[in-house]
Amino acid sequence: MTHIYSTAAQMSAALAAKEVSSVDLTKEHLARIAQVDTDVHAFLYVDKEGALAQAEAADKLRAAGGAISPLAGVPLALKDVLAQKGIPTTCGSKMLENWRPPYDSTVVTKLKAAGVVILGKTNMDEFAMGSSTENSAYGPTHNPWDLDRIPGGSGGGSAAALAAFEAPLAIGTDTGGSIRQPAAVTGTVGVKPTYGGVSRYGLVAFSSSLDQAGPCARTVLDTALLHEVIAGYDERDSTSINQAVPDVVAAAKRQEVKGMKIGVVKELGGDGFQAGVSQRFQEALEILVANGAEIVEVSCPNFEYALAAYYLIAPSEASSNLARFDSMRYGIRVGDDGTVGAEEVMRATRHLGFGPEVKRRIILGTYALSSGYYDAYYGSAQKVRTLIKRDYEKAFESVDVLVSPTCPTTAFKIGEKSDDPLAMYLNDIATIPVNMAGIGGMSLPCGLAPEDNLPVGFQIMSPVMQDDRMYRVGGTLEAALVSKWGQPLLSAETKLAVK
Amino acid sequence: MSMNYDAAVAAYEPTLGLEVHVELNTKSKMFCSCSTEFGAEPNTQTCPVCLGLPGSLPVVNGKAIESSILIGLALNCSIAPFSRFARKNYFYPDMPKNFQTSQYDEPICVDGYLDVEIETDEGPKKFRVEIERVHMEEDTGKSLHVGGSTGRIHGAEYSLLDYNRAGIPLVEIVTRIVPGTGKYAPQVARAYVTELRDILRSLGVSDVKMEQGSLRCDANVSIAPIGSGKLGTRSETKNVNSLRSVERAVSGEIERQANRLESGERIIQETRHFLEESGQTRPGRSKETAEDYRYFPEPDLVPVTPDADWIEELRKRIPEKPSIRRKRLQEEWNVPAKEMESMVNAELLDVVEETVKLGSDATRARSWWLGEVSRLANEKEVAPTSLITAAQVAEVIALIAGGELTDKLARQVVEGVINGEGTPREVIDKRGLKVVSDDSALMVAIEAAIAAQPDTAERIRGGNIPAAGALIGAVMKATGGQADAAKVRELLLKHLGQG
Repeated sequence: MTHIYSTAAQMSAALAAKEVSSVDLTKEHLARIAQVDTDVHAFLYVDKEGALAQAEAADKLRAAGGAISPLAGVPLALKDVLAQKGIPTTCGSKMLENWRPPYDSTVVTKLKAAGVVILGKTNMDEFAMGSSTENSAYGPTHNPWDLDRIPGGSGGGSAAALAAFEAPLAIGTDTGGSIRQPAAVTGTVGVKPTYGGVSRYGLVAFSSSLDQAGPCARTVLDTALLHEVIAGYDERDSTSINQAVPDVVAAAKRQEVKGMKIGVVKELGGDGFQAGVSQRFQEALEILVANGAEIVEVSCPNFEYALAAYYLIAPSEASSNLARFDSMRYGIRVGDDGTVGAEEVMRATRHLGFGPEVKRRIILGTYALSSGYYDAYYGSAQKVRTLIKRDYEKAFESVDVLVSPTCPTTAFKIGEKSDDPLAMYLNDIATIPVNMAGIGGMSLPCGLAPEDNLPVGFQIMSPVMQDDRMYRVGGTLEAALVSKWGQPLLSAETKLAVK
Repeated sequence: MSMNYDAAVAAYEPTLGLEVHVELNTKSKMFCSCSTEFGAEPNTQTCPVCLGLPGSLPVVNGKAIESSILIGLALNCSIAPFSRFARKNYFYPDMPKNFQTSQYDEPICVDGYLDVEIETDEGPKKFRVEIERVHMEEDTGKSLHVGGSTGRIHGAEYSLLDYNRAGIPLVEIVTRIVPGTGKYAPQVARAYVTELRDILRSLGVSDVKMEQGSLRCDANVSIAPIGSGKLGTRSETKNVNSLRSVERAVSGEIERQANRLESGERIIQETRHFLEESGQTRPGRSKETAEDYRYFPEPDLVPVTPDADWIEELRKRIPEKPSIRRKRLQEEWNVPAKEMESMVNAELLDVVEETVKLGSDATRARSWWLGEVSRLANEKEVAPTSLITAAQVAEVIALIAGGELTDKLARQVVEGVINGEGTPREVIDKRGLKVVSDDSALMVAIEAAIAAQPDTAERIRGGNIPAAGALIGAVMKATGGQADAAKVRELLLKHLGQG
């Protein structure tokens, strides 16, 4: 009997009961990857030997009877934007083809310390810029629900790996929705923790003030278990928060929301949202009410400007963060034939190494930071950011969490929005405000849209360092939905496009 | 007809501005824990952070902040309760991230001053140099351009990069323009850099070695016709590597600019390089098309917010201003200005003061430290203070004063102490260096000398006192230098009826 359809918590229990070894569990997943990943293309690199060695180490540790963390021996897929020592880390870019970092990111250090088995690196939009994984230099990832559709982005690889049962756990990063939107369109769970809740050390920066690594899984509890492993203060990251990690695992297990006040953000729904998305969202609200929560409508008037401000701040920071890719120290080098100077080589390398979306954002950001334009663009965008923060603060004075649909639509077709960057950017309209304010956000599945039978995501937002609140609401909602459906949205019975 | 300096300052009013870069002597770099040791093998003192590897993050060195605040306090600045780092974006191979992390519009210290005194035709005159700002930044790596004739990147066959220097903490001290110096601009510039160097040394925050580049000065100079009330176009002269060069660079620039204006040309706003051999400057980068550095607040770092109590603690550590201390010691010790200067330049003022505090006469203390001890230190190529302590020198001086040692014997004692033979007393005992003060033993030697040179003795008896030198010399030789020459002289003259 295979274990790949189990949750991480179940795998952990099976490992503890010695029903299965980590080596066998890892082999099952490697076999699954070999079976489906030619169709899905969730992985850019599978570290078969490394994974088996880690699994063997976890088994030995368990056999020795030492203290062992709950996720020891459970396999995981790592987004290719996080540095793992000696393992290719491309960020989905040609620029870093074959770059192997000489160091581990803090997230990887923590995963290794917990005995989590890292199967490999997952596909993503180049340098995390995109909402569909189509911007990967190594080809798109396909949504396991419908291979003609996108798995979301930028972390489409991680989400697709979960949905296709190639891994029970995954790490994503979320700058404007790159964890939550892929979770929504693949029927999986993804959490963007409070900014500063998980160390960014070793996360190749897209937009430093917005980037946040976070846990992804198929259930709220699994996500919480992974959250617990990777979160916490890190002295290597000046922006990480030196406070105790909220008890997200207890919150995920709590399964009651009596007396909780839940705010529905008026601006994040209605017009422009697909009918089936709004319908499933409303049904989920009713379930929460039935469980004793109070629902109120909340207005966040400045969210209207969030997308515009985001597309000034993120590209500005990106234009500076991506300046280091100049071929001098690592990555590819183009045109160095001994006849031209360093500047020419840098130019040729950046011309060939970056894809069109990355170039678009570098140009946008360079422009926004230029003298004479700085105040009008970057400066104004920072002011909007402050206003968005205040909208949240005001809202959280009267409610415990805020909710909205994660995305306006279900998964769209590959190629559908490739020529229209603005339409693509609108996909993140409901997720971006969370990053702008640095608060926590979760997406969990709330059903399939009746019109296309594709997953719909339900977003829960919680105040800074109160991440446990979204796990409490998410865990309760998930349990009620599974009981209503009779089985999880993703199970061995789910009709996926891959067998 | 070219204009000399005197003619130039007769017609034009110079305006001065100085930017001094100081390498702090912290053990580790500005944003990582790499060593700052000078002279290591290239690229051996690097890590993911100072190499700007993808994913790495900076963390501010607390010691560097402390040093910067000390500098600000010593220069009468206000310490900002909130200051930030920014990114200065530009591409150059020796900049690992292609941006320099530097403070920009929110520096740590602002609005200070430094008073300097120079000799003028009308006697000593004080000038106040106003400090605009003191800010922190990181140094770049070092490029070595090989091949080509100029040692510059253009025309080089290839370039070598050493990133050991990348990330070394720098403090930049920027003056406001210094008006009203007239023809004394070069002396004011030199006096300012000298005073600043002495202050930095007294704070112990930097090695302040101009020749090693741990203190670098850029001189901004402009001139305008006297009485015009205008400011001319400035040039910025770099590569000024000694105090003397500061003075020469400023006077050279005044002369060059005056000659340009006289011949009807305009001054170009540019960076110029000082040429040590000729005292001239050659043009560098033109600043007419201002480079746009696209500064923005560094999102990877949190603001610097020093605690007010801590600042007050640091204020207590600010030592007496070196120029005031020098004046005080000069009066207390009653030594000529030249001697004070020699002690300061040899960096021996502290140890001389310590020796004096232990009871030594100031002139003797100075001559031992600058004379014999420095001579031996030069031979060994080490610092004098590493060879012998103030207490040991004070003991030797006391032994001379007490008649137990002659100067000649004392030199042997000092040599013994330096060779590790023990304390001065132990060296005296081991080497048997006691002064022969026993009158009868001396009389034997005196009589022997008279017997050997009866003619000389006769001349002394006849009143030719200077002739005694020859006999005293003979006695000293016979006693192996262990006799007190004054005592010998006294006994000899008495014996020959001249006492």
